[in-house]
Parts: sequence; C-alpha cells; structure tokens
Amino acid sequence: MRIGVPQESKPGETRVAATPKTVGQLIGLGYEVVVEAGAGRRASFSDAAFQEAGASVGTSADVWDSDLVIKVNAPTDEEVGRLRPGAILASLLAPALNPELVERLAGQGVTALAMDAVPRISRAQALDVLSSMANIGGYRAVVEAAHEFGSLFTGQVTAAGKVPPAKVLVVGAGVAGLAAIGTANSLGAIVRAFDARPEVAEQVESMGAEFLRVEGLEQEGPSATGYAKEMGEDFNRRAAELYAEQAKDVDIIITTALIPGRPAPRLITADMVASMKPGSVIVDMAASNGGNVEGTVADQLVLTDNQVRIIGYTDLPGRLPTQASQLYGTNVVNLLKLLTPGKDGKAVIDFDDVVQRGMTVCRDGQSTWPPPPVAVSAAPVAAAPAAEKPAPPPPKVRDPRRRYALMGLAAVLFGLVAAYSPATFLGHFTVFALAVIVGFYVISNVAHALHTPLMSETNAISGIILVGALLQIGSEDPVVRTLAFVATVIASVNIFGGFAVTNRMLQMFRKD
Amino acid sequence: MTGTVTSSVTTNLVQAAYIVAAVLFVLSLAGLSKHEKAKEGNAFGVAGMVIALVATIWLAVDRAANGPLTLMLIAIAMAIGAAIGLWRARVVEMTQMPELVAMLHSFVGAAAVLVGYNSYLSEEGLEGSLATIHNVEVYLGVFIGAVTFTGSIVAFLKLSARIKSSPLMLPARHWLNLAAVVVSAGLLVWFVASQLLVPLAVMTVIALAFGWHLVASIGGGDMPVVVSMLNSYSGWAAAAAGFMLGNDLLIVTGALVGSSGAILSYIMCRAMNRSFVSVIAGGFGQEVSIGADKDYGEHREMQADEVAEMLRDARSVVITPGYGMAVAQAQYPVAELTSQLRKKGVNVRFGIHPVAGRLPGHMNVLLAEAKVPYDIVLEMDEINDDLSDTDVVLVIGANDTVNPAAEEDPTSPIAGMPVLEVWKARNVVVFKRSMATGYAGVQNPLFFKENAAMLFGDAKDRVEDIIKAL
Repeated sequence: MRIGVPQESKPGETRVAATPKTVGQLIGLGYEVVVEAGAGRRASFSDAAFQEAGASVGTSADVWDSDLVIKVNAPTDEEVGRLRPGAILASLLAPALNPELVERLAGQGVTALAMDAVPRISRAQALDVLSSMANIGGYRAVVEAAHEFGSLFTGQVTAAGKVPPAKVLVVGAGVAGLAAIGTANSLGAIVRAFDARPEVAEQVESMGAEFLRVEGLEQEGPSATGYAKEMGEDFNRRAAELYAEQAKDVDIIITTALIPGRPAPRLITADMVASMKPGSVIVDMAASNGGNVEGTVADQLVLTDNQVRIIGYTDLPGRLPTQASQLYGTNVVNLLKLLTPGKDGKAVIDFDDVVQRGMTVCRDGQSTWPPPPVAVSAAPVAAAPAAEKPAPPPPKVRDPRRRYALMGLAAVLFGLVAAYSPATFLGHFTVFALAVIVGFYVISNVAHALHTPLMSETNAISGIILVGALLQIGSEDPVVRTLAFVATVIASVNIFGGFAVTNRMLQMFRKD
Repeated sequence: MTGTVTSSVTTNLVQAAYIVAAVLFVLSLAGLSKHEKAKEGNAFGVAGMVIALVATIWLAVDRAANGPLTLMLIAIAMAIGAAIGLWRARVVEMTQMPELVAMLHSFVGAAAVLVGYNSYLSEEGLEGSLATIHNVEVYLGVFIGAVTFTGSIVAFLKLSARIKSSPLMLPARHWLNLAAVVVSAGLLVWFVASQLLVPLAVMTVIALAFGWHLVASIGGGDMPVVVSMLNSYSGWAAAAAGFMLGNDLLIVTGALVGSSGAILSYIMCRAMNRSFVSVIAGGFGQEVSIGADKDYGEHREMQADEVAEMLRDARSVVITPGYGMAVAQAQYPVAELTSQLRKKGVNVRFGIHPVAGRLPGHMNVLLAEAKVPYDIVLEMDEINDDLSDTDVVLVIGANDTVNPAAEEDPTSPIAGMPVLEVWKARNVVVFKRSMATGYAGVQNPLFFKENAAMLFGDAKDRVEDIIKAL
C-alpha cells in the first residue's frame, strides 16, 4: 500500500506527519511512501532528505490519491473530497467536537483514525499524540512565559543586588502540566502545582514542585478515563479561593486543564488576573477550547490593563516543529505497526483490539463514533478499590490473661510429669530448657547476610551426635557396632564438611 | 580400686571437657551473628568440637572391652567421613549451598535414628520409670531423626532439581499427616508397655514416610523456610539423642541448634508474611490462577547497550538479585559491573530480600564469593526508603520479591508479603529469560509498568554485554 504525506493546509501549521527517520520505519513495515513537495520545509526537513530516506516526492494529487493518508490536522472539506473511497486517513480529528466532519468522512466512504482518540491505556501510550504533543507543549509554554516575563526565573545573589526567583503556578498536572513543572523547575523557579486528582501529588513532587491541596476537603479519586473529571461545586469554590490567593503571590500561571471534547473549565477569573502583579504572565494551554482564564484570546497575546500578559497560543507544540514532527511521526509509525502485524505493507483494522476500535471514527463509510468505553490500565483501577476498602481490622489483641493461663497450665502439667520422673531426667531437662533459651537469644540478632554460614555452622555443630555414636562403637554386639560405625561415618561428614564450608564462606566476606 | 578412681577422674575430666565445649558452641553461634567476629566464631566451633571429640574418644576407648579395636574403628570411620566431608566442602559451588546444607541435615537425621536404635538394643537393666523415660526418649529420638532424614532428602532432591519442586498435592494430605502423628503416638504407648522392637520399627517406617510427605507437599518457593526448619529438626534430633544417652553436651548443642533453626524459620516466615504453620502444612501456590488473565498491558524491551548508556548516566544504581542470578552464575559479571560503575563514581548498592534464593542469606554468600564488599549489600528494610531516589534498579533473576502485586492487589496470593519497592525508582531494568511467572506462579505487574523495561536472555551473558558496552 502507498502512504501519502500531504503538506498541512492549516495556516500557521509548521508540523508534518512524517520525518525522514519515520519514513524509513514506514518503508520497513512494507509501505511505499510519497511526500508532497515542500511538506517538511517548515519543520526543517528537506525534500532531498525524504528522498534519501526512501520516499518519493510527489504532487498534491499524488499524495491525496494514496491508499493511506497521514497528516497532522483534520482535513478541510475540500481535502475530504480528494480522498479516494476505501482509503484510510489518520490525523487529529477531534471527533467529539466535529460530528459533521465524521459524517462527511463517512459519506466519502473512507476509514478514518483519530490520532487524538487513543484510549488512555499503557499499551497505547506509544501512539498517544495528545501525550507526546502535550509534553513538548508544556515545555514550550514555560519558554513562552520566560520570553514575555521581564525578570529571571532563577534566583541569584550578585554584586549588583539580589535577583528573586520567579514563582510559577501550574494548574493541572497532566502530561503538559508535569512537563511545564519540570521545565520551570530546571530554569530555577519556585514551582507550585494544583490538580483535582490527589494521586498525582507524588508525580508533582517528583518533578520538583510543591503540590497544593484544597484544605478541609478530600480531592476526589481517579477517574476511569484517565482524565480529570469535572468537579463538584463545593470543590470548585474552594479551589477558586486557592487560585485567588495564589494569583496575588505568583509571577507566572500556566493552566493546562483541558478535557478533550469539552469546553475548557473557567478557572482563573478576571478578578484574579487583575490581582496579579504587573509584568506577570499567564499561559493558557486550553485556549483552543475556550481557555481556563477569563480574557484569553486563542492564538493571541493579550495585555491587560494592569500589565498582565495572557498568552493564548494554541500552536505551542507547533512552535517546536522539528521535534513535534518527529514525535508525531513516531506516534504514526507505532499506529501503523499495530495495523500491520504482518509487516507486509497491508493495513488491517482489528475491531477486537480496543486501541484500534477506539481510534476508528468511521470504517468504509460507516460511522463508528463513539466507540464503547474503555477502562484505563488495569493497574490503577485495580488499586483503587483496594485503597477504598476499610483498613483491615487491627490484629486481635490477645487477652494477656489467656496467655498467662496457658503458661500456668503448662507449668502445672510439667510439674505433674516431673513429680514422677527420676532426678537424672530433671537434671537433663534443666540443661535443655536453659540451652533453648540461650540459643534463642544468641540467634535472634544475627545479621541476615550471615544466615547461610550460620546454618552450615549449626549443621556442623549438630554433628555432635557423633558423640553418641562414638560411645556405642565399643559395644560387643556386632549389630550395634555396625550401626554405630555407619553413624560415625555420616556424622563425621557433617562435622568436617560443615566446618570447612563455613570457613570457606566466611573467607569470602570482605569489606571495602 | 585404682580402676574406679581413674574412671571417676576420667568421667569428671570428660564432663569438664563437655562443659567447655558447650560454652565454645554458644560463643561460636554468638560470633556468627556479626561479620567482624564470624571467623572467630567458626574457630570457636571447631575448638569446641575438637575438645568434645577427643574427650569422647578417650571415654569410649576407656569404657570399651576391646580398646584398640574400638579406637581403630573410630579412626577408620572418622577418616572416611572426614574425607567425604572435606572433599564436598571444597568442591561445592556456592550456588549449590542449599543442596549441600539439606544433604548434611539428612545425615544428622540418619545418625540420630541409628544412635536411637543402638541405644534401644544395648540398654539393659533399667527398671520402672527409668525404663519408661528412656524408651520415650529413644522413641522420640528415632521419630525426629527419621522425619529429618527423609525430609532433608526430599529437600535436597527438590533443590538440586532432581525432582519437581512443585508441591505434591495428595488428597486429604492434612489428614494423612494427622493420622501419621496419631498412629505414632499410639505406637509409643505400645512400645513403652511392651518394649518390643516391632512398634519401634513400624513407627520408623511411618516417620520416614511422614518426613517425605511433609516436605514433598511444600512448594519450591518456601524452600528457605524448609531448610531452616530441617536445621531446627536436626538439632532436636541431637537433643533427643542426648536425653537417651544421658549426655548433657548433646542436649545443650541440640537445643542450641534446634532453637536457632526455629528462629531462622520464624524470620523467613515473617519476611514472606506467612504463618509458620501454613508453610509447614504445605500448599503455598495452589490457588494462583487469580488475575492471571488480567490485561496488564505490554512490556517494553531494551537492549544491553541501551542499559549500559542508562547506567553511565545514572548517579545511583541498586541491584536486586534473586535465584535467577544463582542459576545463571551471574554473580561474577555482576561484581565486575559493580566495580566498574563504582570506579565511574556511580553509587552502586545491592538490595537483598530476606527470601531471595533458596536458602536464608543465599545471595549474600554468592555476592561475597564474587568479592562484592558486604557493606554495600543492604537488606530490604535498609534500601526500600532509598529506592524512590534511585536512578536505575537492575532486577537480576528476581521476580516475586519485587512484585508490586504484593502491595497493590489484595487478591494476589502473595498479598501482604513485604517486597522491594523497585518500581518507585526512576528506571527499572528486569533481567529475565522469558515472561514466565516466578516461583509463586504469580504474574508480576512490575514488568508492565511504564518505567520498567525487560532485558531478555541469560543473565550472565546480558551482564557481560553491558560490561562490554560500558
């Protein structure tokens, strides 16, 4: 089959769905690849580089006539019309927001795979475009903020005076949020983060930020889809108080609260923006879906009355076109690996696979959107009910009286036995009881590393049973003598072998 | 007249020697609980043994009707035993230590049985309660010795993979065990009343079968507990022999060994979060199908050179070895890798789970053999808190001891067992031959975690590949 890589028609788009490196991988899967002339120019990939990787460079018509078209942005109406019936299209589609587009694709008789509808299960991570783009988007958001911010991110003490570190608040600790936290932290800023899901606290802290909590209210548990849920009213009110308080203190706010297919939640109000220090910067990564911040304009830098800059760029990943294309291209390669189990250049869609089923919005002219819901990775879901279970009942505290009663009973029983025993037995028993106790205390603090030598040592020592055999070997009875002889042999093996091997092991232990 | 005086002096001297020997044995075990004093401890043990044996041989020759013959027999028997013992001790591979220890236990058991029979055959002229007590002692000594003997043989066969290590599941096995104990108790009454050889012999057969079945029904994963339990039994067998011979040295030594083995078993059980009784009764690992068909996602594979690169960039590395390292004989390349990384300034440490391997402390011995300094070999509790701050964890041949299911999945058969929390590290590389499950037969969600990668193949070859790539 032939794969076509068109030039992106969306104004301002810099990315391309394949790079010379991924073209090589696609060819390795048995496909033929045709790239539209100039498609990679803005991502710094020349036509010659594509050709060198084994692709042919063709016209727009060649590309759109392919069996499989891979691109970044959703196709325009005109582009949908150029698709061949029966062809496969893989691109960002946002099917939940664009039902008309799905209709049109179905009407064209094509099979369409939405790169942005990958189920969030660990197996599908390798093809999840939202993750890979969010990651570099989060990085770029910090870079954009630093570019607009009038001071340093890192704190310094210099001869010319002290430079205070910037304070950054990241709202939403998804992939983008975590990437932003890591980037801001490595620039030297003081980073705080907030998320409705308390279980991400550990991840936030591992990236070097402080995790903010809503006081007096349990933040809700994980959701089955892997995205944060829309939260209850009480929670939202408390969270708003927290934002208002933080807005007065921080220099940079980066918001990443975006649930695919829904309008972005409004988190930062105009009042909060007005309370920020002049020169502060807000990066609203949800600007494409309406924004988390009141006053955001998609694709614009807005300067408020109190000199706060609100950045609403929706093309943050596209501002790193080379790396973004490489990541997107790799996601596409991973998708095609899944579709081409035979590596024979023939793409097959298997509806029994939840990943392929979830991404397919229409197949051979039939709309298949929305797919049946998929539960996220088994592990967290399995862990969640465990966490909610009531703590196991505390270990039963035994009534100490019962223990004393048992000890008393044992003592009485022993007394009865002893009363009818000969004195020699009691003497031996005293020795025995004391030796057990000595053994118990001597061994209880042995170092774990020495267990094996200890065991072979005790083994050698228990060869002391040789003493019994030795005393019997002088017997006149030939049977007894023979048995004692055998016992002597095997007990000697024990003694000599046990001590020798213990010594060998102990020689090996050394300290640096 | 002079004879009795000499004999009384002899007896007293022998008693004194026994007391000295007993004290030396206690010092020996005490010494073995610290690295610094361990060699000294072993020397005390040897000294105690020499003193005890010299005294006993003197006593035996003195008592025997035919002194020179007795001395000769003793010399021949001990020479044979010493030759075999020293030869085995010299050639044994450190990876085969568990087998050797199990085999040695069986010898103590067999010797106890033989000594018991001899004691029964040669003892005459006891009356009343003295005879009763003596017979009970003989009976118990033979019983414990026989159980230790066959139990250790099965443990040896399982550990050396001569028989399958999966638990033997006879129907009504608990009832069989109970029946063996009850019948043996009944035979004891008969034996004490009649003083005949028959009940003793029948009991011996039952005890041999009982010991066999007891260990056969315990799975390979529980072998550390079994070996230390048999260690304990061999001690009790020696103590029982001491009672029947009226020999305090045997009693003291047997009790020391018996209680130390019991403590070790208890430590092992605690490390696996399992009750001692359920291990002994056998049957771990029969209900392990739970969750086996669960979708854990996909594992990620890595190559040796990628791991090498990761290690080069790491600041701290923790290696958690398991039985697989012993099987692959990978301890030498692992030690080489460790010293190379340490030269590069990487902080390399080892995290040892208490039940890693098939014998308590097995991994420590292997690493010591390969000259890994023992101060970088840490226990689970010492290393667990540091794992979240570790760049790379190398899991070499371990599986159940690093299984997050023990903490996360309450339905897992190993739920609640303390494990090395390797998944908290930034990267985990698992050395494994295939995706097969560990000894407990439980799937390991660690392999499917996002920060985990698999490095397939023989652990020794792969570690050598990494050293080359470094």
